[in-house]
Amino acid sequence: MLAPLGLFAIGGTSFYILLQRLGTDEYDPRRVPSVLVGKQVPEFGITEQPGLGGFDRSALVAPGKPVLLNFFASWCLPCVAEAPQLMALKKRGIPIYGVAYKDKAEKTAEFLARHGNPFAAIGRDAEGKAGMEFGLYGVPETYFIDGGGIVRARWAGALTDDIVSGSIDPLLKKYA
Amino acid sequence: MTDYIPELGHFALALAVAIAGAQAVLGFVGASGRDGRMMAGAAGLALGQVIAVAVAFGALVWSSVVDDFSVQNVAEHSHSLKPLLYKVTGAWGNHEGSIVLWCLILAACGACVSGFGRGLPSALRSRVVGVLGLVSAGFLLFTLLTSNPLLRVWPPPDDGRDMNPLLQDPGLAFHPPLLYAGYVGFAVPFAFAVAALLEGRVDAAWGRWVRPWALGAWSLLTGGIALGSWWAYYELGWGGYWFWDPVENASLLPWLTGTALLHSAIVVEKRDALKTWTVLLAIATFSLSLCGTFLVRSGILNSVHSFASDPTRGVFILGLLVAVIGGSLVLFAWRAPALVPTGIFAPVSREGGLIVNNVLICSIAAVVFCGTLFPLFAELLFGAKISVGAPFFNQTVLPLAVPLLLAMPVGLLLPWKRASLGPALRQLWVVAVAAGLVGAAVGFGLKVVLPALGFVLAAWLVLGSLADIAGRVRLFRVPVGASLARLAGLPLSAWAAAVAHAGMGVLVAGVAGMGLAQDRIAAAAVGESVALAGYQWKLDSLADTRGSNFNERISQVTISRDGAVVAVLHPGRRTFTTQRMTTTEAAIHTTWMVDFYAVLGEERDGKAVLRLHYNPLAPWIWLGAMVMSFGGGLSLADRRLRVGAPSRRAAPAQGARA
Repeated sequence: MLAPLGLFAIGGTSFYILLQRLGTDEYDPRRVPSVLVGKQVPEFGITEQPGLGGFDRSALVAPGKPVLLNFFASWCLPCVAEAPQLMALKKRGIPIYGVAYKDKAEKTAEFLARHGNPFAAIGRDAEGKAGMEFGLYGVPETYFIDGGGIVRARWAGALTDDIVSGSIDPLLKKYA
Repeated sequence: MTDYIPELGHFALALAVAIAGAQAVLGFVGASGRDGRMMAGAAGLALGQVIAVAVAFGALVWSSVVDDFSVQNVAEHSHSLKPLLYKVTGAWGNHEGSIVLWCLILAACGACVSGFGRGLPSALRSRVVGVLGLVSAGFLLFTLLTSNPLLRVWPPPDDGRDMNPLLQDPGLAFHPPLLYAGYVGFAVPFAFAVAALLEGRVDAAWGRWVRPWALGAWSLLTGGIALGSWWAYYELGWGGYWFWDPVENASLLPWLTGTALLHSAIVVEKRDALKTWTVLLAIATFSLSLCGTFLVRSGILNSVHSFASDPTRGVFILGLLVAVIGGSLVLFAWRAPALVPTGIFAPVSREGGLIVNNVLICSIAAVVFCGTLFPLFAELLFGAKISVGAPFFNQTVLPLAVPLLLAMPVGLLLPWKRASLGPALRQLWVVAVAAGLVGAAVGFGLKVVLPALGFVLAAWLVLGSLADIAGRVRLFRVPVGASLARLAGLPLSAWAAAVAHAGMGVLVAGVAGMGLAQDRIAAAAVGESVALAGYQWKLDSLADTRGSNFNERISQVTISRDGAVVAVLHPGRRTFTTQRMTTTEAAIHTTWMVDFYAVLGEERDGKAVLRLHYNPLAPWIWLGAMVMSFGGGLSLADRRLRVGAPSRRAAPAQGARA
């Protein structure tokens, strides 16, 4: 007769622990893990964004100091929402490399003219092949790459104040 | 004057908390002291509670209808351009409003018990009303403290943020009330179980009282789940009907244990056995309903259906669940040993069959429960991020569901007390042969295995139900006239069981039919045709139109076979102006034997992506669920249940095969 109660006690305690972790952000059911974390930047090919300079994998293999890699698109609403975050990071002198994902060059240019261009260099991934190499979950998506070209973190979705102060800042300190 | 209506609702909500608390105190104290006035008071307060919650709910609906954007809830979830229907239903299309609706239904259940339960022993009724009051008080307090929908916001915004466009749909507008009525309806069997534990007595009369409530709640829940599944089918545009999503599983779990409860309550009523088990099932069913409603709100489970999560709310919810579920299980552990079984029974008998039903259904529930929660525990214990998807559920539920479905017609034919399988199986051999033929026809005709087995089961269930009715009227064994006379005299409960079981058969046929579904994704220019399932799907045109709060890209697809037009579909893509969100509007043409289903995707280089589905028997899934729900309703309408004569002599009078 005590069995149901015991089962419930175990379940209840577990849920309490999970709730606590949810509160402290240790547990997030929506987080999507990336297999790239801890690994070298994968091989990928992108084309140049006309007039705004392109870059290739060599820029990320050994950048010497931490950089951010941001996948975005003009058709993506959260990208608009995160634009101010990226601009603020740029002001702090953090190099951000942008990849326009499945986007038309003129639309990308229009998007950057309207919302500001936070990027040190921009490449185009018109077919989404580079996105495939990175295991892109969607746009926007941001990767933290250390000075040795190792991916240290990935955020799927728009960057928020919490992510910048809670995750990016400590990572910058750690890998400075 | 009307400016104060939200405050009036707010006040009514606070009042309802107080009334519910008083209802609990008077109910328990009155019952233990056998104080007639206090018990009558508790019943009256139950009525007062429903009025107070209804006023609060009405105030919320009113605020939404008149676009009072100074009410935070309305500002966040409504918009002045939203159609009136969705302004009304939008009141429960969000977390806060839906919890008020939940409380309203719970209060209504309490009022019904006190209103219709006059035939109950007064102490039992009073305790039941008391338990319901206590549960109400807890959840009303939760509403008031953490999810109050009537709070104001200052300054009020010019216009609201609008509701998620996916939810602006008639199917979903009525899905939550139906589902909640099902969930909450199980609060009454729960309250009966707790009251019985408090009294230390469960008898046949108790079983007879619990059953209509369990039946009503079960029928509504069946309808609610079916409506939700139908909505997912046509609105999400994926062409599927069940995704084993945590929220779907959360609604399936109380349905499964509720189905078990429904059947085990018959054993309590007829044979005075399985008491402890039935009480536990009643507690478990409501507990799972609570988990279904509230755990998804805590944000712990990730789901496409969940509202925005809030950990502080989660802790309050967990506290409530611990109080309600934990409290009742403590009571169960303490008092259940006192519930001595008086009936004995043989393994092969109607009651034996019902136990098989219970064991299998509860096993399915256990499997679904583990599958749903396993990702959480994997994260907790091993820190691993995993998800449990459809393959797991299909592989584990199927082996348990097949014997259950096979046993259903046999169980219907077994008499109470002592039986042998022989006569029952002799009655079913024709059915078995017919079902086998159906399966063989499908299997050899279409060269498929699993769907063919599905059709065998479906035919077995439907024909088995017919065989049950035929056996009851002694068809072909007495003259046809005598059979017809018996048919007219059959108790509704006999029809109910046969109809509900046949409904399951129809549903299984639909699922098996979907096993034959074909789909194709293709890019087509206007005027181009795509071939699928022997039909030509031609994209006729693409155009832009405007709705009240959306712009729509609409296409026309003509489906023809050998030049003859079968159907014209208009799948579209809506862009909602306020929430800047795009939804696909799948277009479906049903012949009841098959669904032609088209979705308009992105357009590129002058071509539009079309996702086309050919879904045989798809509507039968929801039709079957509706038939099951109707069967539950029939049983509810049975005079014996309605009158609910709590005398034990009534049971044998129905005969061994009642």
